[in-house]
Amino acid sequence: MKNIKRQSGFGNIVRSAWAVFAKDLICELRARNAISAIILFAVTSVIAVSFTSSVWGGDSDISSALLWLVIYFSAMSGLSRSFVHEDEASTSGTLKLAAQPNAVYLGKLAFNWAIMIAMELVAVPLFVLFMSCKIADWGMFTALLIIGGLALAVSATMAAAMVARAVVKGALFAVISFPLLIPVLASAVHGTSLAMSGQNAASDLRLLVYYSITIITTSLILFKFIWED
Amino acid sequence: MGRLDSKTKSSSVMPMPLKLLWVLWTAAVILAAVFYLPPAYGFAVPESARIVIFHVPCAMLAVVGYIISTVYAVCYLIKGRPDQDIKSFVSARLGLLFTVLATLSGMIFAKIEWGTAWNWDPRETTILMLLVVYGAYFALRSAINNSTVRAKVSAVYNILACLVMPYLVFVLPRILGGLHPTQTLSSNSGLSIEYRVVMAASAIAMIWLYIWIFRASVNRLAGSRKK
Repeated sequence: MKNIKRQSGFGNIVRSAWAVFAKDLICELRARNAISAIILFAVTSVIAVSFTSSVWGGDSDISSALLWLVIYFSAMSGLSRSFVHEDEASTSGTLKLAAQPNAVYLGKLAFNWAIMIAMELVAVPLFVLFMSCKIADWGMFTALLIIGGLALAVSATMAAAMVARAVVKGALFAVISFPLLIPVLASAVHGTSLAMSGQNAASDLRLLVYYSITIITTSLILFKFIWED
Repeated sequence: MGRLDSKTKSSSVMPMPLKLLWVLWTAAVILAAVFYLPPAYGFAVPESARIVIFHVPCAMLAVVGYIISTVYAVCYLIKGRPDQDIKSFVSARLGLLFTVLATLSGMIFAKIEWGTAWNWDPRETTILMLLVVYGAYFALRSAINNSTVRAKVSAVYNILACLVMPYLVFVLPRILGGLHPTQTLSSNSGLSIEYRVVMAASAIAMIWLYIWIFRASVNRLAGSRKK
């Protein structure tokens, strides 16, 4: 990482972002803190939801809202730690020296997206099975889950970076990330409901893509202000 | 800091004649709203529509307050002057105050017209979310001890919240549609020329009040920072 330190240019940022991502992935595979917690949380809430309300599995409006609530709360429980654990392990100072702010942001974002997809891989099939949902458009359904996961990760990464500077962390994280997540949840729930009942959900998918691009661009401008001292 | 020193006298916040004029102006607006304006037909209780004179300027000023707050947040991130952070904070607080006022006046109107103070009309949903979003801004501020870090992080949050605000205020209510009388007032006989004039006067009174509170709060906070 010595040669790529503090060098601008697109290739360098992507390379150091990849290094940050790989570092997080290796740490995660060693300790399995975040991933086991978030997947178990998701499985527990899927079971709780389907145990109490599987009667409504056929209703695409209700089941898509429940599905996204499970994903939302799992993300809130798991993604808050991405910057806090750097501070706790006293590694944030080294990370600040080793990589540019934008590379750190992109690496953390990629890692959070990977966590979201890993969680969805376990939770969504279970949800569909337990709730006996009928899904008409599997392609759109999957695309919405992947892009919705990205949009959630984009907002959560920024919120996690902000919360890492605050005194109370856990409770504040959900509150801080809520504003960024309102459009995500609204269009993800709406689009998933349409995809389940076989209608065209392309406009919701487009909105999620545009929204993610907007927030990523803004975050790349703003991230250095919260990351650097 | 020299600029702040000159403003510490309370009379320089707003000169006394202007304060008196504001009181008279506001009294005139209230009297005009209650006695001069005709009831707006097309509503279940036509007399209650007069609350629009106070409700709409509050909602507009809330959005203006948030936008001013974000402008100062951007200025702070570029220049880094502490008074810009104070101005951003004060403006967000005023935005929240006017959001609460708009919510309350809307709830009174909804209670009279539709029988319930809250019925998850899209406008009500978005203004509730706006309250949560800016409530979180103050929670975030109070959770950070270092004043420089607080200023930076809350400026970043402010800019991100302002990105989402247009979606809440302008996009979501129009997608959902609902009870909120956007068309009723302008297309029916409701929003006549008298209504427009009195509403403009009311908006002027509120902008005036906004400037007054804004300058007084900035003065006070900048003074307490120096001590």
